[in-house]
Amino acid sequence: MFRYILRRLLQMVLAFFGTTLIVYALTFAGQGDPIQALAGERPVTPAQRAYLTEKYNLDQTGVGGFFYRYFDYVKDLLQGNLGESLTGRSIGDILQQAWPVTVRLALIALAVAIIFGVTAGVLAGIRRASIFDNSTLVLTLLVLGIPTIVLAPLAQYFLGVKWQLFPPTAGSDPTFYALLLPGIVLGSLSLATALRLTRASVAENLRADYVRTARSKGLVKRRIVIVHVLRNSLIPVVTFLGVELGNLMSGAIITEGVFNIPGVGFNLFRGIRTEDGPLVVGIVSVLVVVYLVSNLVVDVLYAVLDPRIRYE
Amino acid sequence: MSDFETVAATENQAARRGPSGEPGTPNQVGAANKPRSLAGDAWRDLRRNPIFWISLALVVIFTLMALLPGVFTANSPNDCLLSRQHAGPSGGAIFGYDFQGCDTYSRAVYGTRASLLVGALAALGTGIIALVIGMLAGYFGRWVDAVLSRVIDVVLGIPLLLAAIVLLKRVSSDSQWARIGAVVFVLALLGWTTAARVVRSSVITAKEQDYVAAARMLGAGNSRIMWRHILPNSLAPAIVVLTIALGSFIAAEATLSFLGIGLKAPTISWGQDIDTGRIHMREAATPLIVPSAFLALTVLAFIMLGDAIRDAFDPKLR
Repeated sequence: MFRYILRRLLQMVLAFFGTTLIVYALTFAGQGDPIQALAGERPVTPAQRAYLTEKYNLDQTGVGGFFYRYFDYVKDLLQGNLGESLTGRSIGDILQQAWPVTVRLALIALAVAIIFGVTAGVLAGIRRASIFDNSTLVLTLLVLGIPTIVLAPLAQYFLGVKWQLFPPTAGSDPTFYALLLPGIVLGSLSLATALRLTRASVAENLRADYVRTARSKGLVKRRIVIVHVLRNSLIPVVTFLGVELGNLMSGAIITEGVFNIPGVGFNLFRGIRTEDGPLVVGIVSVLVVVYLVSNLVVDVLYAVLDPRIRYE
Repeated sequence: MSDFETVAATENQAARRGPSGEPGTPNQVGAANKPRSLAGDAWRDLRRNPIFWISLALVVIFTLMALLPGVFTANSPNDCLLSRQHAGPSGGAIFGYDFQGCDTYSRAVYGTRASLLVGALAALGTGIIALVIGMLAGYFGRWVDAVLSRVIDVVLGIPLLLAAIVLLKRVSSDSQWARIGAVVFVLALLGWTTAARVVRSSVITAKEQDYVAAARMLGAGNSRIMWRHILPNSLAPAIVVLTIALGSFIAAEATLSFLGIGLKAPTISWGQDIDTGRIHMREAATPLIVPSAFLALTVLAFIMLGDAIRDAFDPKLR
């Protein structure tokens, strides 16, 4: 157990350095003269040049210098110092304003996935091969196959613009109602996955010996399902939903962009559109860290929750 | 994007305990104790599955559309007149005209080529990487396996969309082929892991078979055993995974083009057209709906085809 966590932690550290190195190498390294790029068209005096060279360790050349500056970047990243966007705003400030919105959206999506996905999954698992089961399977396949760039604009058009059931865009400081439709769109993917997972796991556990024992003791079916089957079946679902929370927070780029929700994904969306390099790199770096940490937490949680799984 | 693969992978883990990987090839698994071969069984199942036929028909139609777009529409996608902006259907343009005054339907038809090309090339690249890495890890085992499996774990931990954004921002060239190449390269670089795991597990099963031991006793070297005996037997499960991956690659390409970092004009791509249609949806909806429907149908066709074949070949999921 301890060894598993340790190995998983080492793996995450590797993935962290791997991705940040790629991000760094592709965006900062290999550009012409960074000091001139910073100054734009204006001339740079020797004093300024010397100051900046000193400040950013630009006099170190070769591979050693590259890693020197790379570790500076990682240090800044870990301290939350992300620099400024091209419009001059601090990226840390932008993110501070955006996080609460993104978290709210992700929680709505997660609630949708749990309420509808898990319930339907349990029903489908109990009545395997019934009409309900088969139709939900086809439906989830449809949802999983349709990309968000199709789902989000179409939902916005039909439910927001044409039939006007929901506000089509959220705008700044969105209400719960305005976030509901984007939350459903964002959560539909997790809903489908949660449904299929619950179904597979319930169907498997219904055949287990302890269920047969419970049945032969004369327990009513409801009690068997709720007390015996559900508790064992929900382990993989809980862990999946945990990973999904991380995914939802880093994966809302399209949904937030389409519905105009001022969250993290929206800022990334806008950064890509306006070719704001520092903003894109700053947000991507933070999102990668969020993604890696949530994956780690869930994997460890999985090992704690499910003792049947023995890790080497 | 890769969500479908995740589900499939987790479902399979839940559904089967024991050695993973699709049952090797039809002939050895079936011949021993069953009157019918596994392939025959699978084919019998597939033949009665309407989803299989529908998705196969869609795949054939879209492939034809990519190869011969002129057969499906008489209008040129680049024949645009601003005076026809958002005009209704007329003269062959059955879905009317878009914001730039181009034929909406014709653009959707011509957009098939770029999408399928990117999807197919990325799947091909993914297949090659996955076969090489999976084969080496599965066949040699020990430290080779340990190292390669950790590499797979690390790459699997990289979020595809975020990494693709960073990688593609670096590509400054606007030439048509450079952009297609860049998108294919990025998708193949980040998307090979699932397929590599499948190949690895089927190679591990295949290398324990008697015919491999026989080949070795006859003096065949490692490379000959891998090429002639193990590769043909681990190809089938890899192809199924790659069919599904092809669908997700098409979706990923459209997403990147939608964001404005994938394919760019003059290449016609659904992702870009969906983005333009979305912005002007209040004035006219068909320029949004038509490319969306084409994209969704194509992605679904490949995913459902792969899913149907896998279900047929995997008796444990029945």
